[in-house]
Amino acid sequence: MDKFTTLTGIAAPMPLVNIDTDMIIPKQFLKTIQRSGLGKNLFDEMRYTQDGQEIPDFVLNQPAYRKAEIIVAGDNFGCGSSREHAPWALLDFGIRCVISTSFADIFFNNCFKNGILPIVLPQDQVDILMADAKNGANARVTVDLPSQTVTTSDGQSFSFEVDPHRKHCLLNGLDDIGLTLEKAASIDAFEARNATLRPWA
Amino acid sequence: MTAPRTLYDKIWDDHVVHQAEDGTCLLYIDRHLVHEVTSPQAFEGLRMTGRKVRAPEKTIAVPDHNVPTTAGRDTHIDNEESRIQVEALDKNARDFGINYYPVSDIRQGIVHIVGPEQGWTLPGMTVVCGDSHTATHGAFGALAHGIGTSEVEHVLATQTLIQKKSKNMKVEITGSLRPGVTAKDITLSVIGATGTAGGTGYVIEYCGQAIRELSMEGRMTVCNMAIEGGARAGLIAPDEKTYQYVQGRPHAPKGAKWEAALAYWKTLFTDEGAHFDKVITIKGEDIAPVVTWGTSPEDVLPITGTVPSPEDFTGGKVDAAKRSLDYMGLTPGMKLTDIAIDTVFIGSCTNGRIEDLRAAAAILKGKKIKVKRAMVVPGSGLVRAQAEEEGLAQIFIDAGFEWRLAGCSMCLAMNPDQLAPGERCAATSNRNFEGRQGRGGRTHLLSPAMAAAAAITGHLTDVREMMSEQV
Repeated sequence: MDKFTTLTGIAAPMPLVNIDTDMIIPKQFLKTIQRSGLGKNLFDEMRYTQDGQEIPDFVLNQPAYRKAEIIVAGDNFGCGSSREHAPWALLDFGIRCVISTSFADIFFNNCFKNGILPIVLPQDQVDILMADAKNGANARVTVDLPSQTVTTSDGQSFSFEVDPHRKHCLLNGLDDIGLTLEKAASIDAFEARNATLRPWA
Repeated sequence: MTAPRTLYDKIWDDHVVHQAEDGTCLLYIDRHLVHEVTSPQAFEGLRMTGRKVRAPEKTIAVPDHNVPTTAGRDTHIDNEESRIQVEALDKNARDFGINYYPVSDIRQGIVHIVGPEQGWTLPGMTVVCGDSHTATHGAFGALAHGIGTSEVEHVLATQTLIQKKSKNMKVEITGSLRPGVTAKDITLSVIGATGTAGGTGYVIEYCGQAIRELSMEGRMTVCNMAIEGGARAGLIAPDEKTYQYVQGRPHAPKGAKWEAALAYWKTLFTDEGAHFDKVITIKGEDIAPVVTWGTSPEDVLPITGTVPSPEDFTGGKVDAAKRSLDYMGLTPGMKLTDIAIDTVFIGSCTNGRIEDLRAAAAILKGKKIKVKRAMVVPGSGLVRAQAEEEGLAQIFIDAGFEWRLAGCSMCLAMNPDQLAPGERCAATSNRNFEGRQGRGGRTHLLSPAMAAAAAITGHLTDVREMMSEQV
């Protein structure tokens, strides 16, 4: 997993609420057995016509946002299916950060496993960032994970919360499995205890 | 003396392997269910790092998401990508020595139907799967939720998950349901009341008389859609119905282990005075048969209602409602019962169990469908066999339904069972998202009995009217 420290990039505005993971990556692209290559199909049905032509109005097809690295989105981003293909597709397109008032639980978890930072901010701050994002490529938002701040192009800065463990893993690009396997003795002990307490499990 | 605890608190406490100072826990996982779509990258990760599956005996795999539901699939799958995924699961199951139900096995079916059916899912367990509808297993008083593929790999390698505890939410359904109202109407009505993010950050415990009166099948339907309300999991405390359902299943405990398990399961309830962070109460008598009109599961209305207008909403939901109405091709103010239906789909992990098929067949018996096509996809090969034995299959076939093999099918349309653009479907599944059942397809979620009623009349219909006809 790539480290995440600071990022200054173009933010694409997606004010729609309840953007679900079927929208982010439709099911026909879940048939891959790899993690890579999904970026071209990110938001596929919003981004392309049935015959594969780009829909010019869609935000990521507009010249200003084709290289967006941040999405500012409406409430409850990433709801629905648990498919990790959603963060894989975002990452493959080049998105490293999503900002919203709320995220669905599984999507939120999946982001951290892939070096994407999901940031929760109150409505008024998301509104300011959304307005800033609508200014196009000139509006570059800066996300600073060590100091836990988001700064708009005109210098307004907002702090955000992030779980300390997850922050540590993002900053260092750490693999959870490796960390957990360091606790193998605790798992062994739990299993030994469980064999007596709940032998049917 | 320990403080009163909720059912969720108790299951959580019994599975903590390690707790860090910041509250992050390593939680032990009792059962890991695996399917073909969200697992290949996880197994590949194990191979690349030389890791093994820590507890293959607690890991159960079955292909369901993109398997065709037509004959001949056990020898050939036309879609190459689907075939590669199913073959990858075959190989991974073999190489890593996990429990496996291949397409050719009569026990194959939707992972969330197979788990309980085979007795893998037991009260008080932690159950995970790379699928959001893992919440289904909460019906047994098991803490069950969906995970992403990185977490699938984590569970395969360590049999644990890194978790922070959610908050406790109680959803109480008091009194009894009225005739024609089902578990599906309960779960949709709750989402209608709380919204799709109302449960975010919570584990829901469903309780109250109406929940107690549900069968295990009905309880699975309720918990299945906890995720559509944003909750990490849904739970129902186990009782005599739970024990009866579990007893004698292939992987349920037997003999002395059964007695020990039963004694433990009887401690799995929320203590008097335990704290809930959020409480929702709905009167069972107030719940009507419902349908969805929009493209979010929170877009729920009683079948007696009319299509809403964007002005009925506030905030971001105004634009979302406009977009939904446009996508769904509906006009504000039209009666829901005037919406014509092209296709009916009965199946999915929400409503693909035997009781669901019985409920639909009771409405369909001796009738013919008026919709262009109608399909029943049983949740497992065993459900299918039982429905054939009970004569339900013949009722469906006589009415004009296609009688399919088990799988997820048109719930998510990864296999060939898809809607065409503009095709309107009454579906017993769980998601009405844009494009969910096929690009441009329009989905109305409802109960199996309501789906059967729509199949007969060709439009959304209040099933209670047909029930009075039968009397």
